[in-house]
Amino acid sequence: MSVNRREFLKKSVSFSAYAIALACGLLKPDRAGAEWIAEQFAPHKLEETLKTLFKDARITESDQIDIQIPQIAENGAVVPITVSSRLDGTESISILVEKNPVPLAARFDLSPELEPFVSARLKMAETSDVIVIVQAGEKLYSARETVKVTIGGCGG
Amino acid sequence: MSSIRIRTKRIDGKLQIRTLISHPMEHGRNIDKSTNQPIPAHFIQELTVKHNGKTIANCATGGGVSKDPYFAFMLKGGEPGDKITISWVDNLGQQDSEEHIIK
Repeated sequence: MSVNRREFLKKSVSFSAYAIALACGLLKPDRAGAEWIAEQFAPHKLEETLKTLFKDARITESDQIDIQIPQIAENGAVVPITVSSRLDGTESISILVEKNPVPLAARFDLSPELEPFVSARLKMAETSDVIVIVQAGEKLYSARETVKVTIGGCGG
Repeated sequence: MSSIRIRTKRIDGKLQIRTLISHPMEHGRNIDKSTNQPIPAHFIQELTVKHNGKTIANCATGGGVSKDPYFAFMLKGGEPGDKITISWVDNLGQQDSEEHIIK
């Protein structure tokens, strides 16, 4: 009996230590930045998505962002895109497709060890503008490119 | 076998990191034509790239990324023997991780 009691006490102590550590955020998984936020990936109009992403911050158009994307995409299910930025202190790159039901395709938070460069493949439901928003310093910059889609990418 | 494939290549003193992940990336609005039922959403939400254990890229992705997603990044420097780790978590809580040693 006494052994059981001791075991029980030991376990309850280690369990509560674990619970306290968890509550204090000591055991938080190792990640920073781009946490997945449902509201940003909700089906919205482009303007609303931009608002959830960046509040009401001013977004300036910039020619320092290069977007490589085909002008005509035969298959909207796979549209390759490469983005590179020449803006100093580029921290994050967001890629949005204006006419997709969920405009935000992906958001990349890049550390200074990486070049301000990213490649991906997008789905495009129909002919639309692809908008890239770069966060550099405390400011936001954008560039856009129109892609003509002959077969939509959302029908499966 | 891991769902993640990683390739690195040196270009002008920089290291190109390319990854190809096998994942359905269903956004939840497609209809299964054989049953007429919607196909449930199943897509990668978070992708992390690490260089020698330090996170260098954190990505939030949605159903707007193509099936079997491909991503490429460009690392400044990177020595032979360095370790690149890529991991993902999807909306169903499934996850995978893969390591790659730079040659």
